[in-house]
Amino acid sequence: MTSDAHNLALLLLLAIPLVGSLVVFALPNGSERLAKQVTLLASVLTFIYAVVLGVEFKTGGNRFQFVGSWTWIKSLGVHFAFGVDGIALVLIVMATLLVPCVVLASWNSFDTVAGAEETAPADAPNRSPKTYFALLLLLEVFMVGVFAATDVFLFYVFFEAMLVPMYFIIGSFGGPRRQYAAVKFFLYSLLGGLLMLASVIGLYISAGSSSFAFADLVGKVPEGATQKWLFLGFFIAFAIKAPLVPFHTWLPDAGAEAPAGGAALLVGVLDKVGTFGFLRYCLPLFPEASRYFANPILILSVIGILYAAFLAMGQRDMKRLVSYTSVAHFGFIGLGIFAFTTQGETGAVLYMVNHGMSTGVLFIVVGFLVSRGKSRIVSDYSGVAKIAPRLGGAFLLAGLSALALPGMSTFISEFLTLVGTFTRHKALAIVATAGIVLAALYVLLLYQRTMQGPLSAKVAAIKDFPDLSAIEIAAVAPLITLILVLGVYPKPVLDIINPAVKFTMSDMHQTDPQPSSLVQSGGSK
Amino acid sequence: MNSAQGIQTLAWLLVVVPAASGGLLLLLGKRSDRWGHLLGALVPVALFVYVVALFFSVRSETGEARERNLHLFSWVPVGGFKVDVGFLVDPLSLTFCLLITGVGSLIHIYAVGYMNHDPGRRRFFAYFNIFIAAMLLLVLANGYLVLYVGWEGVGLASYLLISYYYTRPSAATAAKKAFIANRVGDVGLSVAIMLMFAYLGSTDFAGVLPNVGKLSAGATTAIALMLLLGACGKSGQFPLQTWLPDAMEGPTPVSALIHAATMVTAGVYLIARSAPIFNATQAGRTVVVIIGAITLLYGCVCAFGQDDLKKVLAYSTVSQIGYMFLAVGLGNGVYAIGILHLVGHGFFKAALFLSAGSVMHAMNDRIDMRRFGGLARVMPVTYLVFVCGYLAIIGFPFATGYFTKDKIIEAAFDKGGTSGWLLGIVALLGAGLTAFYMTRALVMTFHGKRRWEDDVHPHEAPASMTIPMSILAVLSLVGGGLLVLSGNLQHWLTPSVGEPIEAGAHTINPNVLLALTLVVIGFGVLGAYVTFGRNRDTIPITQPAGSPITVAARRNLYADAFNESVLMRPGQWLVRALVFFDNRGIDGAVNSTAAAFGGGSARLRRMQTGFVRSYALSMLAGAAAILAVLLAVRFN
Repeated sequence: MTSDAHNLALLLLLAIPLVGSLVVFALPNGSERLAKQVTLLASVLTFIYAVVLGVEFKTGGNRFQFVGSWTWIKSLGVHFAFGVDGIALVLIVMATLLVPCVVLASWNSFDTVAGAEETAPADAPNRSPKTYFALLLLLEVFMVGVFAATDVFLFYVFFEAMLVPMYFIIGSFGGPRRQYAAVKFFLYSLLGGLLMLASVIGLYISAGSSSFAFADLVGKVPEGATQKWLFLGFFIAFAIKAPLVPFHTWLPDAGAEAPAGGAALLVGVLDKVGTFGFLRYCLPLFPEASRYFANPILILSVIGILYAAFLAMGQRDMKRLVSYTSVAHFGFIGLGIFAFTTQGETGAVLYMVNHGMSTGVLFIVVGFLVSRGKSRIVSDYSGVAKIAPRLGGAFLLAGLSALALPGMSTFISEFLTLVGTFTRHKALAIVATAGIVLAALYVLLLYQRTMQGPLSAKVAAIKDFPDLSAIEIAAVAPLITLILVLGVYPKPVLDIINPAVKFTMSDMHQTDPQPSSLVQSGGSK
Repeated sequence: MNSAQGIQTLAWLLVVVPAASGGLLLLLGKRSDRWGHLLGALVPVALFVYVVALFFSVRSETGEARERNLHLFSWVPVGGFKVDVGFLVDPLSLTFCLLITGVGSLIHIYAVGYMNHDPGRRRFFAYFNIFIAAMLLLVLANGYLVLYVGWEGVGLASYLLISYYYTRPSAATAAKKAFIANRVGDVGLSVAIMLMFAYLGSTDFAGVLPNVGKLSAGATTAIALMLLLGACGKSGQFPLQTWLPDAMEGPTPVSALIHAATMVTAGVYLIARSAPIFNATQAGRTVVVIIGAITLLYGCVCAFGQDDLKKVLAYSTVSQIGYMFLAVGLGNGVYAIGILHLVGHGFFKAALFLSAGSVMHAMNDRIDMRRFGGLARVMPVTYLVFVCGYLAIIGFPFATGYFTKDKIIEAAFDKGGTSGWLLGIVALLGAGLTAFYMTRALVMTFHGKRRWEDDVHPHEAPASMTIPMSILAVLSLVGGGLLVLSGNLQHWLTPSVGEPIEAGAHTINPNVLLALTLVVIGFGVLGAYVTFGRNRDTIPITQPAGSPITVAARRNLYADAFNESVLMRPGQWLVRALVFFDNRGIDGAVNSTAAAFGGGSARLRRMQTGFVRSYALSMLAGAAAILAVLLAVRFN
């Protein structure tokens, strides 16, 4: 990689939400409306610019594009180095799409008592909408940065920095147990982060590199015990973030207590950094260790798929339920990544994009329901589709995308991860298919209990239970539309992902297994 | 394979038009209430006209040229896994398209009248159109993965329509049950597709079916059995049959179109389409015939225990599809007979269901046959339609079943050997039982004393319902004859499923077998008549205690009870145990570790109640300090 490239595109992409965030912070108190408008404008601009980059990205071109590098700490060889491969690019576009949707979904959360985010605690301090929206934009800066960084140290900085706005979003704007959840989230992530920091430093030393640039580190780590320890440092940090079972117990609390929009970004984007990290850092930097640990990780992934699906069924709290479904889905992503096949890797990347949209829309829609019914408990609801058919429809579509219905983009990614695993590990893939049935169970049980059946007394007692407003529809419609469109025609996204996966596979020195009948007939000749 | 030409290149409209219409009706919502049902009903009629034109354009070709491939676009290209979306227009898919759009049109028109008083009629038609789109995609797909999209699409439409009256908990539960049972089957289908990719590197029909010979015997059987699991889920076959009777919670047109004439026969389609795979595995075919034989008897036995007219018909569907499975499981040359019975069944079962719907319509949506009786005189058209369907299903001479079902019985005997005799006798016995339960239903509903509740005033259905019913009734009577006597359908299907085999030596002389079948059917009719029809006062309004067999039949031979005690209950216990483990075990360990590090539980409590931000900030500061120290140590 040329370190003297100074393409400003990605800096600009970071600058838009950063400026937006600063402007919103600087607005005088009481200008909530303006704060929302500025946030929406900044996030929409960021998204549009991300799409422009996506269109300009050359699928047959260099691995990293829009490369720009500026020296930061000269003595250590740390650079402000940015660049995106196809994997980072699609995740950035997904993240920047989710932010304006979350902004719209949170539009009326603070206006009226009726629209208040969940059971607004009386002791809620500083519940200033202005701060909330500014934090969203700040979070967006870090989210884009973490995917765009091509300097391992810079990646680490963004990785840790993401925690701060999310910590405040949960801790200040969340549900009744928000402080417990926020601290738990913070400590878990910090623990992982410290392990990663140790590994980053170890990586730098063992690779004998004079810079932290990703390209300078690939293939430099000597095989053996060092590589395994360094791998584990990264792996645990990412496994906590993802999260993979058994590192998952912070997520249900954080997902449940975070405001719905925050939860959508937390599970939709922040957690993807974990799986992105596996793919971008663990596999190429530590190929030998990745292979060494692949089997236990695959088994953990399959356990996660089944275990979290059963747990999702057992939850009384809707947002905890959705959080557990995500843990189950991360099992599929882990499976795809550590199967080391083109289909598995590509499927995993597409899964990250789809899951961001799918779980994002699911959290947002659940948020709509919770803000109306003032409860997260499933059994408080029943028959809601009768009085709010559009909410019911959105809920069903979000649920169907979570259960990976063919025709939706989530199906393609789920099938790719499974088929990619199957060609190498038949038994594991077959066990994982049980997750298909369990996903249908937890989604349809939730839908039946909340939306179908006779209207529950608690819901009937609520005087003001409106159907989705125009703004709320605007928050979910882009995500649902994209899930449907990509389900029919995913090729543009696959074309961007495929070359990046090819690079990763070659970093790993891996090739796909050939169809066995062809192998046999070839052998007999 | 030849590419599609002329109007064949427009085949994608068959999926896009109904999907767009359904989507439009859902998006517009109440704004389209006034005309939504008309658009919904117009769509399948228009598609039918197109399919007929398509049929003639393919018919003008001969032999292999009747298979037309329409490539649409590249769908999922990932490394060696390349899946394109394309349609295969061939005799088999066209037969299904004609059935789906033809019978579909009649049932859509019927539904305009049937759903007339329902405020959600537009929503109903939206789902109905979505079903048509998914079903046509299923039969037109030129590869297994695209087929899978249609396969789950019809499952979704079925789910939406079973739970159409979603405020009724029983409807919501039945819909969920249907979807889950189907998903269990879908696991089979998806594993089959993965096996195809792993062994053959392709999932398209063109890449898989001609190359079956390259597979090892084990792989072929594995693929066949996995496909069969999918087929069992969709077609309500043993052991995934229990969802189908519950699916009668949906409006009756749904039962007629989806849960009788088309969707539930998709399993038969899948097996017939995969004929080269099943031809290559004796073990696979054996399992198919065993499942067919078990299910056909199971359906018959359960049907005679039901008092709900629609459930009788539902178990009858289970049983008749058992016949089709039996046929396609016999393999080479018998596939076409299975498809023949499938089409004939589409006619007569739709007629029976629509007639039952008309009865429900007249009886204030009540469906208990114990409160029917004597309806023949007040609803003559409905009665005649039911009689036509009845004659067709029991195999009365020269009605449809006489041609189609009897051919399956004959083919079963002709299989030869002990298994042939066994299967033949099961099929023959099934014919007798079918005659028995259908006669019971006919007599209880239309004959005898009126046992109506006080508030019902039955009347004949409007023309929008009786006309489609009558057309289906006529098809039930003469359809089978037309399809069989000319030998057309079997010959037509040859390019898709292989040559029909003219058995050289019959196990039993066909004429003797025919006579035997008629005698068995006669016994069935007579038995039911003696039991339920002779004395006009024999049918009690409340269900009598009944013999142990009757009770078992009412409770679907304890299949639901089995599922509940072996799958559901243990599943619920497992969920509870895991939730406890996750909260106390893993998270408990985490929290106590955190507490230990944080200086005891007092600190943890404080952390939960306040001072959080300062605590967290100090952690962050700590992290920064550690970072600084580490860097300093290394580089000074």
